[in-house]
Amino acid sequence: MKGLMAVFWKELSDHFSSLRFIILSLLIYLAGIATIYVAAQNIRADVTAATRFIFLRLFIVSGESVPFSFPFFLALFIPIIGIALGFDAINSERTSGNLSRILSQPLYRDSVINGKFLAGLVTLSILILSIVTLVAGMGLRMIGIPPTAEEVLRLFVFVLVSIIYGGFWLSLAVLFSVFFNRTATSALASVAVWLFMFLFVGMIATFVANAIVPIDQSSSIDALARHDEIFRSISRVSPSTLYGESVQILLMPELSNPSSTLVLISIYTAGMIPTPLSLGQSLLVVWPQVTSLIALTALCFAASYIKFMREEVRST
Amino acid sequence: MPMQYAIETTELTKGYKNKIAVDRLNLRVGEGEIFGFLGPNGAGKTTTILMLLGLTEPTFGSARVCGYDPTREPLKVKRMAGYLPEKVGFYDDMTARQNLEYTAALNGLSTGAAKKKIDELLELVGLVDVAEHKVGTFSHGMKQRLGIADVMIKDPKIAFFDEPTAGIDPEGTDQVLTLIRGMARRNVTVFISSHQLHQVQKVCTRVGIMANGRLVAEGSVDELGRKVIGGGKFRIEAQVSPVSDRLLTVVRGVRGVSNVDVEGDRLLISCDEDIRPQIARAIIDSESLLLQMKIEEYSLDDIYLRYFRD
Repeated sequence: MKGLMAVFWKELSDHFSSLRFIILSLLIYLAGIATIYVAAQNIRADVTAATRFIFLRLFIVSGESVPFSFPFFLALFIPIIGIALGFDAINSERTSGNLSRILSQPLYRDSVINGKFLAGLVTLSILILSIVTLVAGMGLRMIGIPPTAEEVLRLFVFVLVSIIYGGFWLSLAVLFSVFFNRTATSALASVAVWLFMFLFVGMIATFVANAIVPIDQSSSIDALARHDEIFRSISRVSPSTLYGESVQILLMPELSNPSSTLVLISIYTAGMIPTPLSLGQSLLVVWPQVTSLIALTALCFAASYIKFMREEVRST
Repeated sequence: MPMQYAIETTELTKGYKNKIAVDRLNLRVGEGEIFGFLGPNGAGKTTTILMLLGLTEPTFGSARVCGYDPTREPLKVKRMAGYLPEKVGFYDDMTARQNLEYTAALNGLSTGAAKKKIDELLELVGLVDVAEHKVGTFSHGMKQRLGIADVMIKDPKIAFFDEPTAGIDPEGTDQVLTLIRGMARRNVTVFISSHQLHQVQKVCTRVGIMANGRLVAEGSVDELGRKVIGGGKFRIEAQVSPVSDRLLTVVRGVRGVSNVDVEGDRLLISCDEDIRPQIARAIIDSESLLLQMKIEEYSLDDIYLRYFRD
């Protein structure tokens, strides 16, 4: 345990004093401030007298000059942060000749991985928490409507889910740093996975769904629903989709299903009027997504352990 | 109760996909010894050290370091064994002191105890003046000395040095060897792996020679010399004229001479002591002219070369 804490504190202080961290924070703060600024400009048009969660809308609304909402930016940037904090965790120690020195000290090998992961996770959490707080604070000043207790709770869960999402990318990067001896390789591999998950899974899902259930304007509701189902189940391979869906449900209480198509269908066919879900209900809806993210993280961890624990450590 | 060995291996073997790096190694190193583990590159020296530290698992056989099995109880071994890897690395963007502080933390030392120990060790290895400098600016020799301080933080009972003098200048080598000898004086068992015989010869009490994964010879430098070259510790080379049978008989009869070889007009005499005066007299007494005479101490090099020629 002492060994783990020693690694943790050392890594944490490394992260906070690194140039990498400063660049990442600048990047994410700029993006956050830009989106919230645009959201505050456009929120008047978006809100009607019936809107109940005005403060949360601030995080959802996007404008024309910056066509992305805040959660979209997070979905994009959190993987970059996770990867940047973890891609050289083990292999840089190996190439610098530190690994054999560290592993000849009386600490378990998993303490090295765990300490590094924890330090990355704490850094990540601090970044996410600070950006959400900053954005919330700015939003509060700009629109002048304080959040309700439920909105605060929902934002809190949103931060938590974001951290879990970042944890997955961090563990993936650490996994690659165990498997690849060169930091450039592990960084590229992580980025490749990120691009694939972020861009290509959606394209593949659309392609497959179109091939199985072709739809056009005259398609029946059943066909639309089936198309949507196929699309969703394929794109859920991607952690980005899982995160996107959870965030949607958390920040838009009136959604009862991550699929907007299905929600629209239920409105038109059953004449349902969307009523906001309670926080507990929303949590139930996102539960599968969140557990999948945790499971994926655990999977990366298990693979890193298996590779690293029995590996020969040579100083060359 | 049997004698306690610092290192004891039984049939220790490590095989890789297409070669056997260490082949049934049986090695015993007593407490307080400075053991030189010699051999050319690729002889299996580093692999042996890695197995002794639990950094890789033996394919077959077992080892005990300070009474513990490094495969089963690596932490107990690592608590007592220090290791200076061949290409030791430190965190370049941290100072010498910070690097040592990290090692101390990994060993569970309290901040106060660590500070005291680090001050003491920096003094010992002569790095006090650069304690607050980043390690990235250090020369190879300085890093090696920092490595020795790093090994000593945990107060090891046994220390492994893998090629401690490779790539540093003679002065640095001297400093490193002095420090290693100093450790032995503190009752630390020292295990040095090296291919640089001259340097190791100066400090080791006993050596083992590895070739192709096997331990081909073991013993003190003197013993090995006698065993391998079949003669004494010294070699006297005398140029004479003429080389007669009588001369040879007389020289062979001199007390202390263990072997005489003839090479042209030179006599190669191996002996245990410096007996040049007696030899000179013997040559003159047998009515030959002594043109030149010189004496050499057998070095590990000769022993070593003898092994690898075969």
